[in-house]
Amino acid sequence: MLQVEGIRKSFGGFMAVNGAHLNVKQGEIVAVIGPNGAGKTTLFNLITGILKPDGGKVLFKGEEISGLSAHRICKKGMSRSFQVVSVFSRLTVFENVQIAILSRLGKTFNLFSPSKRFAIKETSEILTSVGLADKRHHVTGSLSHGDQKVLEIAIALGGNPELLILDEPTAGMSPEETARCIDFIRQLSTQFGLTILFCEHDMELVFAIAHRIMVMVRGATLIQGLPEDVRCNREVQDAYLGQSESGVCST
Amino acid sequence: MAKRIHERAIWLILALFVLLLILPLVLARFYVYLLALILVTGLLTTSLNMVLGYGGIYQFHHAVFYGVGAYGAAIMIAKLGYSPWLGFIVGPLLAALLSLVMGAICIRLSKLYFGMLQISLGSLVWAVVYRWYTFTGGDDGIHGVSLPALIATPKGSYYFTLLITSACLFVMYLIVKSPFGSTLQGIRDNPVRSEAVGVNVKLQQLVALVIAGFFAGVAGALFVVVDNSAFPDMLFWTLSLEILIMCLLGGWFTFLGPMLGAAILVALRTFASTFTEYWTMIQGIILMLVIIFLPEGVLGYLHAKFRQLEGAILPGDK
Repeated sequence: MLQVEGIRKSFGGFMAVNGAHLNVKQGEIVAVIGPNGAGKTTLFNLITGILKPDGGKVLFKGEEISGLSAHRICKKGMSRSFQVVSVFSRLTVFENVQIAILSRLGKTFNLFSPSKRFAIKETSEILTSVGLADKRHHVTGSLSHGDQKVLEIAIALGGNPELLILDEPTAGMSPEETARCIDFIRQLSTQFGLTILFCEHDMELVFAIAHRIMVMVRGATLIQGLPEDVRCNREVQDAYLGQSESGVCST
Repeated sequence: MAKRIHERAIWLILALFVLLLILPLVLARFYVYLLALILVTGLLTTSLNMVLGYGGIYQFHHAVFYGVGAYGAAIMIAKLGYSPWLGFIVGPLLAALLSLVMGAICIRLSKLYFGMLQISLGSLVWAVVYRWYTFTGGDDGIHGVSLPALIATPKGSYYFTLLITSACLFVMYLIVKSPFGSTLQGIRDNPVRSEAVGVNVKLQQLVALVIAGFFAGVAGALFVVVDNSAFPDMLFWTLSLEILIMCLLGGWFTFLGPMLGAAILVALRTFASTFTEYWTMIQGIILMLVIIFLPEGVLGYLHAKFRQLEGAILPGDK
């Protein structure tokens, strides 16, 4: 479904992403891991069109999308959440999700009929599924950090995506919130058949739900493979996981 | 709770409207003129707030579109001899067209850079109007625009202004509450996220600028009705600054705040300038006080207080 080939991006003289490869198949959950500053968020920004790549290719459903603007890429069926909470802080929880749906339905230039008539049912369903239904009238800026991170995912779901990209979905969440979030991501994959690409620091979460894992180091792809292959890869151990994690590998 | 506030607000606005209908029958001619001027300035300020408060766009030189609307109407009527009614339509359309052109150039930049470029381009338009004696009357402006008998009397022009201003406010309210308005507010809060959920941010902002320019043009044409004239000060940047202050003073996250801000400042200016030359100093002090004590503006403050009060009476009711 998604294929990234040799993508590059530099900021000034710094190569943030330097020849990253990635492929995501329909229905899969793929995780991207790597040390801080490995270029994971930049990679996601390049895929979703927030940044323009200096070189390399991104193919989505067989179509080249590299260089397209973010709003075009979103319309093709790819939604994302942000690592640092990025919501509409003066609007209510309900309106936050509603905007994503209005945008998908192409209603953003509808000038004269009231917003409150649109997408009520769908917005409510999404809020119920993420567990924010009782806070729908709260102004987003007043929510707790954990709730805002959940709203992040809810907004992304408003785009009814085929591919959902989550940039560190559980960053800053409490252990209970994290557990609930993992369940929810798994549910999105199994019940709604979403293809999910995410990056995460929490290794437990990664190995618990990812079908395949891509490891990034210094802007490049080290390996992409099954969790057990990645865990036992010597280079990955050296670069990232450390000795304690490698105890399970017999060789 | 929200519904009850909403209902009360509607009754309050209706009462205010009836009051505005009755007032000219008892007020002296000068005060009728003053009321009309407040309405016109309020319409201009509300149109600015649509892009400033709801759109988060730093439209620093909004008065240009007000001036172009006024000159468009005045030139059509006084210089080219067309019907005044046609002039009132052409003025706002010209303002919208200029807004489209200026917007298309400026929207490439964001935030303060947008504002800077917008001031420069607007000042260019002002310079043309100020210098082009044969067509715009230069620094004299255009005076004595003749109007149809129906709106030529002070009362006639007042009621016409009240009617058009109310209609425009109503339409702008609909726009602010529409999916277009919701999206615009989303862009104000977070342009990057808006882009990421599939909104064409620049196009959305450009359309908002054109709509705001159009309504500023309507206010300009109404000024011609009220004052029978158009002059270069209408598109000088100091007026743009004044209406910006009105937005902040009234409350730029509320719909009627800018109208309230316009009423306060226009009335204060009129009365204060009868006993002091240093009116702008009073304005400066007011602005400082507002920024320090009422960061959300007068109406924003009242709104919050009102909510608190209702919340205290009806805890838990949402």
